[in-house]
Amino acid sequence: MSELRDHDSVVTAQLVAKALSGSRRAIAQVVSLVENGGGAAREVMCSLYPRTGRAQVIGITGSPGTGKSTLVSALAKAYRGRGFTVGVVAVDPTSPFSGGAILGDRIRMRDLSGDPGVFIRSMATRGALGGLAATTSDVVRVLDAVGYQVILIETVGVGQAEVDVVRVAHTVLVVEAPGLGDDIQTLKAGIMEIADVFVVNKADLPGTDAVVSALRAAISLGRGALTYSGHHQLEMPARSNPAASGASDDSWQVPVHEVAALDHVGIDALVETIGAHAAYLHRSGLWQQREKERIESDLTGRLKQLVIQCLMAQLKAGEWETILESIAARELDPQTAAARLMGRLTNA
Amino acid sequence: MAERRIRVLVAKPGLDGHDRGAKVVARALRDAGMEVVYTGLRQTPDMIAEAALQEDVDVVGLSILSGAHMTLVPRVLECLKRLELHDVIVVVGGVVPNDEAEALLQQGVKGVFGPGSSTQDVTHFVQQAVLERGERV
Repeated sequence: MSELRDHDSVVTAQLVAKALSGSRRAIAQVVSLVENGGGAAREVMCSLYPRTGRAQVIGITGSPGTGKSTLVSALAKAYRGRGFTVGVVAVDPTSPFSGGAILGDRIRMRDLSGDPGVFIRSMATRGALGGLAATTSDVVRVLDAVGYQVILIETVGVGQAEVDVVRVAHTVLVVEAPGLGDDIQTLKAGIMEIADVFVVNKADLPGTDAVVSALRAAISLGRGALTYSGHHQLEMPARSNPAASGASDDSWQVPVHEVAALDHVGIDALVETIGAHAAYLHRSGLWQQREKERIESDLTGRLKQLVIQCLMAQLKAGEWETILESIAARELDPQTAAARLMGRLTNA
Repeated sequence: MAERRIRVLVAKPGLDGHDRGAKVVARALRDAGMEVVYTGLRQTPDMIAEAALQEDVDVVGLSILSGAHMTLVPRVLECLKRLELHDVIVVVGGVVPNDEAEALLQQGVKGVFGPGSSTQDVTHFVQQAVLERGERV
């Protein structure tokens, strides 16, 4: 989208002011602006960003059907009971075929309705593949800026490798449930490695003990499967951990919590642990370090996007297609093509 | 890049537990490229309006098969008005006799879809209504 007209800027500024004064309608509209991207989104973030960084952000991820939404609802209630205001951002997948989405997380959150201290927003992934939408981090920032103290992010039901939530959350809960696979699953790379806390939900069902002991076994193997070392080689955000850096011997032992979210069993203990994890992050200096890493990955991502946009704007009509065709015809290789295009940017 | 998607809330107010219709419509709207917030059964008018506000939807679709539409729909409209959601388009699906459908339209409902409506009619109507309403904010 091109630059905004002045009129739109005024409207955006008014909306942001209203959102900051607590209008829930305005908050919802600002979230939409951010979600839809473009110039208005930039203006919103520009004025709200200085107010961010105050909320505690908790990510909830796990396979479909493990009870993430129900857990989010139970956690939100628990935090409300402790006097915190709560923002919820719940992500569900966009259809790659129609572009549409069914956002069904609210169904499990009906207990929260009618509470003005809770704001729930459903988001579709709109093509992003890491378990969140591209703009989820910005939506979280909006809720943070307008004053929600605890923000719960529910990812899409993930498989094994959707780990974007570590880029946004301070504490990541990986939710498991009985009956979804054997202990080999706990050895695999991906979401098993991003857990700050494991939550075995539906702990009233048979099979819970097996899941818990498999997770405990994987944690005790530790150092290999469940420390954060080695992340630096991956494309995902390098997530600092004292076990990897040797910065501190006060390391975080990933705990396993059994809960039955539907009946609110085990939720208070889980909230205590989340608090302990936040305290640990502050104590060990990891809070700031991870914040820096999050900012770096955010900035790199945005730069990539801008560079591509900038380059596309310089191309003549049809030029992009011509390049694609010559690569397809094997007259040009992708590496050379990319280097040449980049050369045009730097010479410009 | 600005990207705008039509957002629809599909809700079932009241105590009626028949959600097949709501699910079929939600699915059809999804397949037409819309983002559908599905809130499930037994919603109060207040819950529906509050969800419409938080989700900043363009359209609220109410599915009622209990016969209570003349009680529930006006209450939902009232709650939406109280939250100043004046530009939200409301459509109703269910078993609604013609004269009552007429009454609902006069109260501000944009469309009423009875048994036998095709999902295409519904999605087309919603797209058209959003288009005619124009840009918001």
